[in-house]
Amino acid sequence: MGKTLSEKILGKKAGRDVSAGEVVTVAPDYCLSHDNSAAIIGEFKKLGVARVKAPQKLVIILDHIVPAADEKYAQNHKTIREFVAAQGLPNFFDIQHGVCHQVLSEASFALPGKLIVGSDSHTTTYGAFGAFAAGIGRTEAASIWATDEIWLRVPETLRIDFSGKFPAGVYAKDAILKIIGDRGADRANYEAIEFTGPAAGDFSLASRMVLSNMAAEMGAKNGYFEPDAKTLEWVKARARADYEVVRSDKEATYEAVLKYDLSSLEPQVACPHTVDNVKPVREVEGKPFHQALIGTCTNGRLEDLEVAAGILKGRKVDPRVRALVLPASREVYVEAMRRGLLEAISESGCVILNPGCGPCLGAHEGLLAAGEVVVSTSNRNFRGRMGNRDSEIYLASPATAAASALEGKITDPRKYK
Amino acid sequence: MSKGRVWKYGDNVNTDVIFPGRYTYQLMEPAEMAKHALEDLDPEFAKNVKPGDVIVAGKNFGCGSSREQAAACLRAACVQAVVAKSFARIYFRNAINLGLAVLQCEEASDALKTGDDVEIDFAGGKIISGGRVFKFFPLPDSVIGIIDAGGLIEYTKKKLASN
Repeated sequence: MGKTLSEKILGKKAGRDVSAGEVVTVAPDYCLSHDNSAAIIGEFKKLGVARVKAPQKLVIILDHIVPAADEKYAQNHKTIREFVAAQGLPNFFDIQHGVCHQVLSEASFALPGKLIVGSDSHTTTYGAFGAFAAGIGRTEAASIWATDEIWLRVPETLRIDFSGKFPAGVYAKDAILKIIGDRGADRANYEAIEFTGPAAGDFSLASRMVLSNMAAEMGAKNGYFEPDAKTLEWVKARARADYEVVRSDKEATYEAVLKYDLSSLEPQVACPHTVDNVKPVREVEGKPFHQALIGTCTNGRLEDLEVAAGILKGRKVDPRVRALVLPASREVYVEAMRRGLLEAISESGCVILNPGCGPCLGAHEGLLAAGEVVVSTSNRNFRGRMGNRDSEIYLASPATAAASALEGKITDPRKYK
Repeated sequence: MSKGRVWKYGDNVNTDVIFPGRYTYQLMEPAEMAKHALEDLDPEFAKNVKPGDVIVAGKNFGCGSSREQAAACLRAACVQAVVAKSFARIYFRNAINLGLAVLQCEEASDALKTGDDVEIDFAGGKIISGGRVFKFFPLPDSVIGIIDAGGLIEYTKKKLASN
């Protein structure tokens, strides 16, 4: 019987043949944590262990509230820096680097065949590189720090086959919003999602990261693209470690196969207050709003900023809108600066924020007041997530967010193609 | 068996409404966290919840962020259990790891209403309310060891000691 990528990676780690439904105890290749490392340190200390068992496996990236917005956040960061120094942890990224999922990928821990867990729900992002990557909780992370082990259930796999080509003005974000809207926020709960089909190879790595990132919004444990020539081109230039290309067998067993023709898609928006409340942009066109957020770990990469800058260049953001742009990492920021994208974006009237999580999780840098509406390229629109519980979040592509910012109301971006 | 009252909610109760992100790095003490439990879904909950109360919800309870406070704040509010049609996977793990009972039961989720009196028989796998008895889905063997130890920290401590 054939095996899926998840069965193969977890089986290799477990040292035996495994199938969906089994529980394995495995040693991950990497364990990510961010500002919540301070809380993990607290749990780790309760375990009574002096040293982290496998220091080279910990990847700690400060990104959630950077630079520290107040004294408590500052203390949090200080606690982490002191622990990193005391334990001699080699893979620590302080506040200047960017959002953990982008930074971990750029630093090339995200490699084909790796098993990566992270105490952040969007750890699924590394599936874009053919890794098995799943979110966990902070107590579990503390346990891994002490034991280098975690139990995982081998997931069933939902396969999504892509065919066709994106029409102009339609992007990876529209595809994943459409899928989540059609199938529901729990469609892939506990499952793996394999993004495949004849058009899968056309997705850039950055676009694959959008889908893998938002697999979490369907409840998926992991969501991946099988490695191909594009993956290896990215990986070879950066790889920190050996890696193994793992793909699903042709005879692998899938829970279901869904088919999507990219040619038939149009721009999508997830309306308040659930990610599966998705409509075509044209159905909500004209809705006034107060803030745009372009960026984050979902859509803050170079290709996203290129699209946004292409629409914003030479035009002005509507005076009723505050437009925030949040590059996903310093690497993205610097390259966008070199290419003149940040100049065009800034001249249009946007505020460029430092790379980090920013307002996406509602902690700092642009929160919403009661009654305010944001059009955001991030991944969650839950009630109160970006500020007041009576504010509203619409999720969309960078093109839709940029076009809407210019018009002061939700706008189909195809008029700017 | 301990008794409590039902607080009933719908599908897709997410971690942001259970414990808002604006507090995740601000509130560290369990008693403080309990005061904000479910704040953005039901501001009355934290004011009126009593030890032993039970949250009953629809499908996909705890979807969203991996923040463990979303389980910890309910534990701190002395919620006896969360009963739902299904749980988001990270929430399910977090709850087990912190010793918050998460019980999967479609029938109880459909039948129970806010204010109903409810008892939970953990050993017998039953939820009892007003003469009605609902059986909940048994937890996988792999996690019973963690619950028996009193959560993952105690479980890991024992494992480390036995090595």
